[in-house]
Amino acid sequence: MSAVEGSSHPPQGPDGQASSAVMSYREALRLALREELARDERVFVMGEEVGLFEGSYKVTAGLLSEFGADRVRDTPISEEGFLGAGVGAAMLGERPVVEIMTINFLLIAMDQLVNHAAKIRAMFGGQVGCPLVIRTPNGAGNQLTAQHSQSFEGWFASVPGLKVLAPANPADAKGLLKAAIRDDDPVLVIENLPIYKEKGEVPLDPDHVTPIGRAAVAREGSDVTLVAHSFATVRSLAVAERLAQRHGIQAEVVDLRSLRPLDVQTVAESVSKTNRAVCVEEGWPSYGVSAELAARIQNACFDDLDAPVERVGMAEVPLPYAKNLELAALPGEERIEAAVLHSLGQA
Amino acid sequence: MSSATDSTSKPGVSVEREQRLASYEQLLTIRQFETEAERQYKAARIGGYCHLSSGQEATTLGAVSAMSEDDLLVTGYRCHGFAIARGVPCERVMAELFGRRDGCAGGRGGSMHLFDLSRRFYGGWGIVGGQLPLATGLALALKRQGRAAAVLCELGDGAVNIGAWHESLNLASLWRLPIVYLLINNDFGMGTSVERASAEPALYRRAAAFRMHGERVDGNDLDRVAQATGRLLARAREERLPALLEALTYRYRGHSVADAGLAYRTREEIAAHLKADPLERFRSMLLGIGVSEQELQAVAERVQQRIASAVSVAEQSPEPDVAGLARGVYAPGSAKQFARMLPGSAFGERELVFESGLGE
Repeated sequence: MSAVEGSSHPPQGPDGQASSAVMSYREALRLALREELARDERVFVMGEEVGLFEGSYKVTAGLLSEFGADRVRDTPISEEGFLGAGVGAAMLGERPVVEIMTINFLLIAMDQLVNHAAKIRAMFGGQVGCPLVIRTPNGAGNQLTAQHSQSFEGWFASVPGLKVLAPANPADAKGLLKAAIRDDDPVLVIENLPIYKEKGEVPLDPDHVTPIGRAAVAREGSDVTLVAHSFATVRSLAVAERLAQRHGIQAEVVDLRSLRPLDVQTVAESVSKTNRAVCVEEGWPSYGVSAELAARIQNACFDDLDAPVERVGMAEVPLPYAKNLELAALPGEERIEAAVLHSLGQA
Repeated sequence: MSSATDSTSKPGVSVEREQRLASYEQLLTIRQFETEAERQYKAARIGGYCHLSSGQEATTLGAVSAMSEDDLLVTGYRCHGFAIARGVPCERVMAELFGRRDGCAGGRGGSMHLFDLSRRFYGGWGIVGGQLPLATGLALALKRQGRAAAVLCELGDGAVNIGAWHESLNLASLWRLPIVYLLINNDFGMGTSVERASAEPALYRRAAAFRMHGERVDGNDLDRVAQATGRLLARAREERLPALLEALTYRYRGHSVADAGLAYRTREEIAAHLKADPLERFRSMLLGIGVSEQELQAVAERVQQRIASAVSVAEQSPEPDVAGLARGVYAPGSAKQFARMLPGSAFGERELVFESGLGE
């Protein structure tokens, strides 16, 4: 299977080769895996249905036939066992990339990730590291109901010893996954179910990585700052366009990209300019990413704020099945827009 | 018997005698270390949890002595004896218990998290059964790297009813990984006896569920433990076959120093086990092959000195530097990734974390 589908009029690099191509988020992740598998023998992919089945969400499609069963290793349904096996393999210098089918199942392996992987370097006095990557999607929206629609990345981002990344577009999906694989610490890469099919321009340079710990200003604006990550960034960008068209409001959108380390500096610089902040996330806001942001913004930008920091997230209920209830609970564009207008004193 | 035969066999006997005396010295060192650790804990110079292994020395030393230099050792939290048997100097273990800079984990780990990369001792883990998946992963890496080595992974009888046990043994067998699970059955997981915890109390039999070889050995017999471990490790290295070895032994002290160890068993029970004490057993054997009381006394004095010296080194070792609090939390080179996280941080984080070696 080709890693690049639907490429059209790619920009040219200095050598006449295409320097980027349009591809989906899923394809960008696959390209990152393929490039890193080819670059470094120590890299191997492991997880449920990653090989023969070609991945539950087809991210690993074609990799088994290209790299073989040792590099693309199917596992039984045994999250704690194989994530832990990744921890041990990483301690001995391998570069395992473990796929957990969705973040909901990562809770089964919580002990190996939080109690073990995150502690190794510090607890043993720096004698050994754990260069492990875990890929897993969060997200909701397909009536998958309460057990399969959660966004727990804030939990993991609260743990010293872990790094947590959350790309919101195909270019960052490739760049951050590659950065994670080359990093010497355990890194959790949060993918997202609704974005897998989204397309965008992706750099083709195999050595292009997105730096860890750097947010991006995804849209410039002067009136209010929307801070988001993962799918909430996609929603926020759409809301920013609506605000411009309907209300003449110019919203700046900061895409965090990295949750730990968290680039508060970029957020603070933006809020210092716009004087207003609305923090958006797919997960529950209490004790969440938006809670962390609100605390840091009020501390770092106390004198600049013209309004309280607003938060928008999933309604704090176990997500129901019925479509209308699901839509009501998720942080949809209308609720985000209303929060922005409230922040601006227009609603 | 010809004089030529005599001249070759006598040094052989002598070498074996010396080896046995050396084993006795190691057994006694582990026992005395634990006794001293309890004393220091009660004097409040050791904090946290402190799990002693007195009574289990023959299993510990027998198993570790069967490892090759290239084999990897992983244990649970009752790990002082394993560290010492693997060659970590007593003073580095004691300094770790004291939380000092010269500890084998730099004072970061404490009693439960001893570690020594140079001796391929991969810890010292504190969650019951949590070491099993990652030890299995170490074996996976050995296989991928084509190394002629195996993992020896210690666990207690309390760990066999946790999910990680089933998942790990299944993966090891499914993927033919070079690992031997050394199950120390000392009758109790904390205060719950094996019979009260396991539907199948003959624990070695549970390997059969994974089509894995399982066997049971008298854990108070150093030779038998060493032979069984050596045989299973060789099989793991050469044929990539995992195994479960259950060693039957007994812990004399409580679960940790804070537990008197009498709520769930009687003094009579402990006294009965003391009659089969592995050290006494070894000592009798030594006397039987002609070792003198004076020689044993000399060993005891050397051990006493070694432990006293370990305490002295630990006392004199400086405390870890607070200005390096965040050192080792992230890999070198991570500092620049965290540089933009500082604004709005909790009070004191700048000095305690961002300026104390985070990611350097």
